Amino acid sequence: MKYAVEMNDISKRFGDVQALEDVHLDVLVGEIHAILGENGAGKSTLMNVLAGIYTPDAGSVKIYEQQAVLRTPKQAIAKGIGMIHQHFKLVNALTAAENIVAGFDSGVWFNAQKVEAKIEALSKQYGLDIAPSKRIRDMSVAEKQRVEILKVLYRGAKILILDEPTAVLTPQETEHLFAILRTMKREGHSMIIITHKLSEVRAISDRVTIMRKGQYIQTEITSEQDEQTLTNAMVGREVDLSLSCVPATGTELLLKVDALTVLDDLGTKRLKSVSFDLLKGEILGVAGVAGSGQRELCEAIAGLLPIVQGDVVYEGESLLGLSPRAIINKGISLSFVPEDRLGMGLVSTMDITNNVLLKEYHRQKGFFITRKNSRVLAEYLVDKLNIDTPSISHPVRLLSGGNIQKVLLGREIENNPHLIITAYPSRGLDIGSSHLVYDLLNAQKEKGIGILFIGEDLDVLMGLADRILVMCEGKVTGVLTRDAFDKQKIGYLMSGGNAHGGSDV
Amino acid sequence: MFKITKQRELPIVKVVLIKLAAIACGLMLLGVALAFLGHNPIKVYSELVLGALGSSYRLVETINVMIPLTITALGVLIAFKMKFWNIGAEGQIAMGAIAGSYLALFHSNLPKPILLVGMVLLAMLAGGVWALIPAFFKVRYNSNETLFTLMMNYLAIQLIVFLQFSAWKDPKSFGFAKIAQFNESAIFPKLFGVHIGWVAMLFLVFAIYMLINHTKLGYEICVVGTSKNTAKYAGMDVKGTILKTLFLSGAIAGLVGVFQASAINGTLSVQVSGGYGFTAIIIAWLSGMSTLVVPFTAFFFAILTQGANYIQTVFQIPQALAEVMQAVILIFALGSEFFVTYRIEWQSKGGPTT
Repeated sequence: MKYAVEMNDISKRFGDVQALEDVHLDVLVGEIHAILGENGAGKSTLMNVLAGIYTPDAGSVKIYEQQAVLRTPKQAIAKGIGMIHQHFKLVNALTAAENIVAGFDSGVWFNAQKVEAKIEALSKQYGLDIAPSKRIRDMSVAEKQRVEILKVLYRGAKILILDEPTAVLTPQETEHLFAILRTMKREGHSMIIITHKLSEVRAISDRVTIMRKGQYIQTEITSEQDEQTLTNAMVGREVDLSLSCVPATGTELLLKVDALTVLDDLGTKRLKSVSFDLLKGEILGVAGVAGSGQRELCEAIAGLLPIVQGDVVYEGESLLGLSPRAIINKGISLSFVPEDRLGMGLVSTMDITNNVLLKEYHRQKGFFITRKNSRVLAEYLVDKLNIDTPSISHPVRLLSGGNIQKVLLGREIENNPHLIITAYPSRGLDIGSSHLVYDLLNAQKEKGIGILFIGEDLDVLMGLADRILVMCEGKVTGVLTRDAFDKQKIGYLMSGGNAHGGSDV
Repeated sequence: MFKITKQRELPIVKVVLIKLAAIACGLMLLGVALAFLGHNPIKVYSELVLGALGSSYRLVETINVMIPLTITALGVLIAFKMKFWNIGAEGQIAMGAIAGSYLALFHSNLPKPILLVGMVLLAMLAGGVWALIPAFFKVRYNSNETLFTLMMNYLAIQLIVFLQFSAWKDPKSFGFAKIAQFNESAIFPKLFGVHIGWVAMLFLVFAIYMLINHTKLGYEICVVGTSKNTAKYAGMDVKGTILKTLFLSGAIAGLVGVFQASAINGTLSVQVSGGYGFTAIIIAWLSGMSTLVVPFTAFFFAILTQGANYIQTVFQIPQALAEVMQAVILIFALGSEFFVTYRIEWQSKGGPTT
C-alpha cells in the first residue's frame, strides 16, 4: 500500500498553548481517513499544517513518500493538497466557474467557454452536479460546498481535507456528499475528514485517527470499532453517551406563538408566519439547517426583534411590542441563552461577578449598585457547576467554551425562569460539558419549566426533546412528536418538504 | 529568526513597567534629537523639570495646566468607556466658556455666589447640549461620532470668533477685536493660591471613579462599551445610556471652559480651549482608561508643557518642542501596547525540519 500523506512528530505551539505535540498521521492512497477529537484537540491545526497555512515548530511531512516542504498554501496546492474550509471562501457575486479559476489560472483573459466545459466535465465525473455559470448567491449551502470541492479538484488536488463538512448540511445532503467522497475514493483520491460526529466517522471512513488535547492517541480501522470505544478514546475516560428524556407530564400551555413574522435590518422576511405551542415541562426541539430563522425566532420571543405580524402569548399575556426590560418588569421570568455567548449573553471583558450582576442590577434600588449578592452567587455557581477559573474576578472571555456556557446557563437558571430559550447550548463544548448542560436542562424540565431548544445535532435533539419543530427558510415545515421521530423525515422537512401536507400554514 | 506569539494577560505591575520603559525610551530618543541640536539633553531635561516645579509660582502655573487637562480627560474618558469616540472636547470647552461668559458679561450685577454658581451650571448645560447633538445623530441615524464631534469643534471656535469680532466686542477696546474683561464678581476665587477649579478637579476624580465602578449608569456604560447586543439583551436602554453619558461628558468639558475663561484669562477668547480637548484624549489613553491614573498623567503632561515654555527662553528651543515631546511619548506608549499583547520569541538557528 502506498502512503499519500505521512506526518511525523508534528509540534506546534501558540504562545503558552501547545496545540500539537509529536502528532502522527498517515493516510493511504484511495483512503477516506477521519480525524476525530473534541474541540481543542488540534484537528484543525494539524490540517492547517498540511495545507501550508501554519508552519510547524518541529516534525516532517512526506507526500506520496517524498519529503515535502509546505510553508505556504501555494506549495501545498502544488503537491496536490486541497483544503475545504468550514467557512466557505467564495465570492457571492461571481459564478461557480469564476470562483473556481479566481487566483489560479494566470493570464489576463478568461475563456469562459473553455473553463466551463472543463468544470462541467469534472462535475459530471464526480457527480458534483454544479452548473458552472450559476452565481454563488443563488446557491444553497450544499451547492457552495460542492463548488469548494470542485475548486480544489480543478487545481489538481489528489488529497482533499474537509473541515467539519457536514455541520451545515441536512441528512440527505450529507448522504449526497458521502456519495461524492466515495466516487473520488474510487478515482484514487485520498480524503481527510475532520469531524466530531461519531455516526459519520462510522458511515464514511476507512480508518480513524483519534486526537486529544494536541496529542496523537491512536489510529484504528473504523469497522473494527464501536461508538463507545471511539468516544472513550476521544475523551480519555468512560463516558455515558445515553441521553435521557423524561416524558413530559404537563399539559398546561406556557407559550403560544401565533403567525409570527419578523423582518431583518434589510427588510427581508426571516420568519414567515411561524406558529406553535410550548407546554409547561416539555422540551420543544427546533431543527433546521443553520440560518433557517432559528436565531430570529429566539430574539423575537425575547423582545429583541420587532414583531411585524402575529403574536407571542406567554401564560395568557401578549408580549407584543415589549422590550426585554418591560418583559422582565412584568414579572415574566423568561431566560434566553443565546448562541452568541460572548457577544450577547455575557460581557466578555468583565468577570463572573459582573456578568452575574447583568441580570440582577436593575432590581437594586437607587443610583448606586452593590456587588455583594452577585459575588455570593458567582461563588455558588463556580462551586456548583465546577467552573474552572482562577477566581470569580477573572474575565469570562479567558475561560474555555464549556466554562463560559456554564456561567451563562448557570446565571439564567438561577433567575428561576418559567421558560428557557436556548440556542445551540452545547456548541463548541466537549462531551462532558455537553452532558452537564443536557442534565441541567432536564432537571429544569422536571421542575415544570418549558424549554425551547434550538439544536443542530439531530441525535441530541431526538434524544432530549419531547417534540421537534422543523424549520426551513423561516417557515415551520412540520412538528413531530416523540413517537414519530425519524431522521429521514426530519431531514426531508429541513430541506422544505411538507410531510404533513400543509402544516406550515 | 524570531517569531511573534500572543502574550497571556500580564500582571498590572508589569504593564506599568512596560509603559514607563516606553516613556523612558521616548525621552531618550528626544535626547538624541536635542544632542543633535547642540544641547546637553540631561541639562535640558533637568531645566525642564525645574521650569515646571522650581518655584511656587511655577508650580501654580503647572497646576493651572493640570486642572483643565485632568477634568477634560475625565470627561472624554466616560465617553471612551462606552466606545463613543468623543473628540469634541475642544468645542464643548468653548461652548461652556461662551455660556459662562454670557452671565459674566451681562449679569455681573448678580451677587457673586449666585453669579458663579449660575456660570458653572450654564456652562455645563451648554457643553452637555453641544455633546448631545452628535450623540443624538449617532443613536438616531448611526452617524460617525468621530467626524461629527470633530466638526463641532470648529463650529464652536468660530462662534467665539464671531462674538469676539462683532456681537460681544468690547466698545472700549479702541477697535481691538476683544471681549471686555470680566467684572471682579465673575472671577472664581483662589484657595491656597490656586483657583478653585482644583477642588472641582479632586471632587470629579472621586465622583467619576464612583460613577464608573459603583453606580448603575457606570455599569451600563461599561456594558454598552463592550457589546451593544449584550446591553440590549440585558434590557438596557442603549440609546438613553449613550445620550446621558454624552451629556455628562460634554458638561464636564463645559466646566473646564468656564474655569479657563474666568479664572485663567479673565475673559472669553478663541484661546480658551487651548488644545486641552485634544491633549485630554492622549491623557485618557495613556492612563489606560483608569480614572485614578488620570491626574498623574495630566500632571506629567502639565510639567512637559510648562517646562517646555521655560526651556524655550533658557535654551532658545522652540515651544513646538513640547508638542513634539508629547507626540513622541504618545507614540512610544501606544507602541508599547504591542509588548503587552505579544511576546517575541527568539528561535535557535535552523528552525523546524520539514
